[in-house]
Order: sequence, then C-alpha cells, then structure tokens
Amino acid sequence: MKDNSPLYAALAGATFQAFREAAISLPPDVLRVIDRAAAAETNPVARGEFANILKNVKAAGELGVPLCQDTGVPVVYLTLPPDVPLTLGLYDAVAEGCRIATKKVPLRPNVVDPLTRHNTGDNTGPGMPAIHIRPGERFTVTVLPKGAGAENSSRIAMLLPSHVYGIEGFVVETMLHAEGKPCPPVFLGVGIGGTFDLAASLAKEALLLPVDTMTLFEQQICDSVNKLGIGPMGQGGDTTALAVKVKTAGCHTASLPVAVNVQCWANRHATREVQW
Amino acid sequence: MTQGPVQLRTPLGEEVLVLRAGDHVELSGIVYTARDEAHLRMQKEGIPFDPKGAVIYHCGPLVKDNRVLAAGPTTSARMNELSGFLLDRGVRGLIGKGGMGSLVREQLRGRGVYFAFTGGCAALASSHMTLKGVFFEDLGMAEAVWVIALDRLPLVVGIDSYGNDIFESVRRHAGEVFQEYCQKQAGPEACENK
Repeated sequence: MKDNSPLYAALAGATFQAFREAAISLPPDVLRVIDRAAAAETNPVARGEFANILKNVKAAGELGVPLCQDTGVPVVYLTLPPDVPLTLGLYDAVAEGCRIATKKVPLRPNVVDPLTRHNTGDNTGPGMPAIHIRPGERFTVTVLPKGAGAENSSRIAMLLPSHVYGIEGFVVETMLHAEGKPCPPVFLGVGIGGTFDLAASLAKEALLLPVDTMTLFEQQICDSVNKLGIGPMGQGGDTTALAVKVKTAGCHTASLPVAVNVQCWANRHATREVQW
Repeated sequence: MTQGPVQLRTPLGEEVLVLRAGDHVELSGIVYTARDEAHLRMQKEGIPFDPKGAVIYHCGPLVKDNRVLAAGPTTSARMNELSGFLLDRGVRGLIGKGGMGSLVREQLRGRGVYFAFTGGCAALASSHMTLKGVFFEDLGMAEAVWVIALDRLPLVVGIDSYGNDIFESVRRHAGEVFQEYCQKQAGPEACENK
C-alpha cells in the first residue's frame, strides 16, 4: 500500500477523524453514567467537582477543543474485513492519521523515547501508535487515547489460582493506592486470565465495552470500590468508580493473572468506518 | 462556605496563611506551569522568574498559535520530591490535582498552600487563561514553563499552611475501610499485596 493509494488516505483520514471526536467529546454511554452519578452524589465537595466536569464537557464541545490537555498516547484497534490484507502500510496509514490529528485537533505531543525522554513531536515512535488488529466484517478504526495519570495507576498481579476470591480485593486495593491521582471518578477495565500480557490487553479492551450496564460481578466490585469514599479527585464522595468492566480469557491451571487498567472520568474513545 | 470564594491575586503574600483546607478560592494573576522536567531544569539551572510569592501550576498545557487551548492540572504527586527548593525560594502556592505527600505538607507549613483544580477540566481552565510567555521551550510543549495570566480560576485549598490536608483525611478513611473490607470479605490473603 502506497502513500497515495485510496486505502492509505481513507485509513489515515478515518484515524484522524476518530482522534478528533475522541479528544473533544465523550461517548453517549460514558456521559449517561457521569450524569447519573452527578445527580446521585450527596457529598458537597464532590457535587462541585461534578459540576466542573459537566461544565468542562460543555465548554469542550462548544469551543471545539480537547476535553483534557492530556490527549493521551494513541492506542488504536483495527478490524479488517476479508478483502483488506494485513500489510505494514496499514500501520503507516494509522501513524499518518495520528500525525495529522496531532497537528489539526490538535493533540499534545506526548510520545517520548522511554530512556532519553526525547519528544518525537508527533505522537508517533517505535511501537506508537499501539495498534491492535483483528479480523471482522467491517473495516473500522477505534481510537482510545490514554492519559498518563490514570495509566500510571494501573496494576497487574499473578494471583494464586486458589485465590479467585482475591480478584475483587486486588481491584479495590488498586484504587486505594491510586487515590485521586487517576482523576476519579474512574472507569476500571479488569482483565482476568490469559497470560501476563494478555490480561493487560483485556483490561484495556474492557474500557471499550458499554459502561452503562454492569454484570452482577462487575457491580459488586464497583460497589466495593465506592465504599472507599475516595470520591472525585480524591477529595471525598460517594462516587469513586463510575463503572467496572471485566473481560476474561482462558488461562493456565496454575495461573490467575489479573490486570486493572484505570481510566479517568473522561473515558475517551471513538470508532470510524473506513470507506474506500 | 456561606460567603463566596476568596479572591486572590499573584504574587501572593501572607494572605495565604489564613486560608484553610476546603476553602474555595478564585485566583487571578500570573502563574507558571511546571512538570517533572521543568522542575529538574530549574534545580540545575535556576528559576527563570521571580519566585517570591509566585504560584506554580502542575500542568502541561496544549498551546496553539500563542493561545492556551487546554490546560487542566497534572498529577502533583510526581513533584513530591521536587518542590522544596521552590518553596525555599519564596513560592507561595502550588496548583495541581490529586494532592501531594507528607514532605510537601511539611514544606508548606507557615509558608504557602496547595490548591486543587478539577482534573481533566482543561477546556474550562483555558477559558480563564491568557498566554503571556514561555521558558525552556526546548523541553517540549508538555514540559516547558508557560507563563499564564489567570482570570478568577476556581480552586479549592487542598493543603493549608497549618498541615491540614483534605486528601490525607480521605486517604486515612479509605485505608480504614480497606482494612475492614479485607477482614470481613475475604480474609487477610485478599490484601497480601498491600
């Protein structure tokens, strides 16, 4: 695939559009959950924080500027229909979309070399954007720009297989340590099973699931987290977690990997169909 | 609070010493953004502005065409070990999110306060801001020191100059709840990673 091919241009364009949408507006299910929690919150300090959050969502939409200055690092999920071959060109096109978004939205250039800390200036670099590809029926690009405050609070553990009951405790403990740092009220993506690395991937993908419904298991974890009383921004309140979402995979009989990917109240993501 | 927010203007003086944790404040005047890299640079090469009464904003803004587009607070705890030299030189206020450690709480005693601003509210923040200049631009947009004029930015006093800390009270409560949870729900094994 060449730089001037229709597929390259279409994928780069769709990636750019998805980044713009994700940076400026929240998905409807995320907004619904925030509205619901804001209405139910009883702590006066927390109610003030929710008021700022809702004012901010409105301001970003009206001004067409990013919700948060930390526009994250680019995490991208592609689904490829049978007629689109998996080539290196796809990776190039996504990176190009990310560079365009960095300039035009704009996004803050966040990506640096991990050792020298040199900023690449365009949110790309070796392994960045982080691109995950799977087969599907439609050609879509989903972006999940991930801010550092929440990402830095994320944890993984290899629990004892006999301690399935400890999964919830590990999630609650993750939030106990995180306190206000990840910009609560948070969304918690929990990956259970698989391998060390797969559990982490599942935890991140769980953040893309609809957040306005929870299973009984997810709701129980969410309730236990909220009992901590950390509240919006760690300043106290009823709402510490807005939702917990779980994804699982088969794992070794002697393993129980559990990963918690913490996401700030701005659970930003957007999906575009690639038309070419 | 029965009254409206306390109005403050930089450079700050001894008026900050009467503020109490939980007070609402609206801050106007010049503030300087600084994150990890800027703190390290200032430690090494000196502070490029007059630190007396100055306010540091833990923020890496998004700037375009000499305008602040988005400028919410970053996680202040990353600057826990890097703030003492600024307060020693006369800085009176730190703004950020998530609170700071016990070291900073002690360093603020009798000298200054830590203000909290709602994390992620970058569009709201920028509507209270005018860009005035920049230092250390070579550090990149996020890490440079941006000089910003504020017009009544709404803040909460998170840590006051008497050692009161709203984050610490919440932290203590959460710790107690967690200990109880461990014993009741699942036995101490559930919390073995603590």
